[in-house]
Amino acid sequence: MNTNEDILLHVDNLVMHFTIYRGVFRRQVGAVHAVDGVSFDIKRGETLGLVGESGCGKTTTGRTILQLYKPTSGHVYFNGTDLTALKREEMRFMRREMQMIFQDPYASLNPRMTVMDIIGEPLVVHGIAGGKEIQERVEHLLEVVKLNPSFASRYPHEFSGGQRQRIGVARALALQPSFIACDEPISALDVSIQAQVINLLEELQAEFNLTYLFIAHDLSVVRHISDRVAVMYLGIIVELTSRNELYLSPLHPYTRALLSAVPIPDPVADAKRQRVILEGDVPSPVNPPSGCRFRTRCPIAEAICAEKTPDFREAKPGHFVACHFADRYI
Amino acid sequence: MPDLLLDVQGLETQFKTPEGIVHAVNGVSFGLKEGETLGLVGESGCGKTVTMMSILRLIASPPGKITAGKAFFSGKDLLKMSNEDIRHVRGAQIAMVFQDPMTSLNPVLTIGKQMEEPLMLHLGMTKKQAQARAAELLEKVGIPNAKDRLPDYPHQFSGGMRQRVMIAMALSCDPQILIADEPTTALDVTIQAQIVELVKRLRDELGMTVVWITHDLGIIAGLAQQVIVMYGGYIIEEASVNDLYAHPEHPYTIGLLGSLPRVDEKERHKLFSIEGLPPVLYAKPQACPFAPRCKWVIEQCWKENPPLELVAPDHRAACWVDTKTGSSRS
Repeated sequence: MNTNEDILLHVDNLVMHFTIYRGVFRRQVGAVHAVDGVSFDIKRGETLGLVGESGCGKTTTGRTILQLYKPTSGHVYFNGTDLTALKREEMRFMRREMQMIFQDPYASLNPRMTVMDIIGEPLVVHGIAGGKEIQERVEHLLEVVKLNPSFASRYPHEFSGGQRQRIGVARALALQPSFIACDEPISALDVSIQAQVINLLEELQAEFNLTYLFIAHDLSVVRHISDRVAVMYLGIIVELTSRNELYLSPLHPYTRALLSAVPIPDPVADAKRQRVILEGDVPSPVNPPSGCRFRTRCPIAEAICAEKTPDFREAKPGHFVACHFADRYI
Repeated sequence: MPDLLLDVQGLETQFKTPEGIVHAVNGVSFGLKEGETLGLVGESGCGKTVTMMSILRLIASPPGKITAGKAFFSGKDLLKMSNEDIRHVRGAQIAMVFQDPMTSLNPVLTIGKQMEEPLMLHLGMTKKQAQARAAELLEKVGIPNAKDRLPDYPHQFSGGMRQRVMIAMALSCDPQILIADEPTTALDVTIQAQIVELVKRLRDELGMTVVWITHDLGIIAGLAQQVIVMYGGYIIEEASVNDLYAHPEHPYTIGLLGSLPRVDEKERHKLFSIEGLPPVLYAKPQACPFAPRCKWVIEQCWKENPPLELVAPDHRAACWVDTKTGSSRS
């Protein structure tokens, strides 16, 4: 499967558990099942949206793919190479190809470094450019993200949130990667600024033929930017299909509830919708429910849901879902 | 104007900072009818929260100062009341729920203690009565086993549950007006839907007047009857909810609505983006505060700040330009 030409990234049964230690002897008392068996492909030039609520494991998935965490088990194939088998130095080399944009533009830029140093650092670290060439490259990158190249000598605090996020984007682009994991890149920004950054990301994708993993909790944004969307709940993917298929005929009861909870900025369209209001909160990932993880909040759960974990199956061509009763909505 | 529950006229609030005086609210006037739900919309720093805090005199002075204006609540000017009198209005007649339920509750006191205290102080209840009332209030906001949860501390509640507790506390003295300041921003979308439904239900049950402050035009569409949009410390548009979303008049409102990706969007289209940044309010603008970002801008916009005027029946906007024709209104 990982030899397929079109597939840039193949994630195979990825598991990431964080162990919990307690007491004087730091004994292991449990584990946070942050990511619990996640598999998907991302095609070249495609944007895969990864949505879910806080604590569902979407950020951990992104970080584990880039090997910022060492996965508990599972494999990540990038261009056919298994990243989990790489040595540190080999992985560092690989990171030229895969970069990340972070959520908080206030925390992800070092306040003591100038924009020149921030964007130029990857070039220095990877020994790609030096001296005058760095300056040229950084100024070009600033132009690419539509910032004034003369800003290069300034410090992050002199910029607004949206401008900082552009700096973060320029840094990610510095090594000319083919893949970027965008981890909630707009959620910390003001509404009128969000559209600027979304449009920029789309333009860059077209220009540099980038492949995105777009992690977000905002379903409207994900629908806008993604080609295909994966919905996560409590460490697993519950549904995965193309954007319009997911939004027009969602099969998993969680996706249905999630979609109906998103407000639409139009009072007429909003009034026509049927609402599914979920009860309660997301259970703790330390001790996930048996069987189907969503059953404790599911409006259509039955006895079998507690006993048997539903398979992640292809219910319709190209439409994957993990629910015993998904066929009800076909 | 008759039958206005709250009548705000020419409110101005400023903050003294080391960099200069920030003109946060610049002559804001609006009325609130009994039983109405008003949405107050704008981006961070537009003055929406400061407006409502000023009315309740919750602005710390120094550095803040209400420099002009009146706010009549049942015939009395809240801005001229003695500190003693305003305290009786606050909480008892006008209650406020804040954005962050994690920081608005005291972490070292039980929920019961925090709920009983105002009941005993404001309403002169005995400990026993207060306990019973607290349990009743928690039940009303949908907290299961309310009575048993009274001895619990805030950290034992989830984010959504904490916001329910905050709403229960706000309801404790049967207020006429509930001001909700971005109460769902810190919450996940399924929990946000729960809280919005809760406030709608309570509003209808108790006949409360609600002011909902938010940056999210989506929530307002399904909740409010009347909407006020703020920008740079000014009200720039006011209309009924259906009118505002169907026929926005001010370029900023048009831009905001166009910049939102919608969960029911079918064809992918480029988002409208408002270029530039929100203004910093160190000087009271002599021109239209939105002029630097406006694509309809004409010469007059740079000379004079447009007043908020009727542009259609029950529809006010502050703009020199008729966006339908692109030329001056006059």
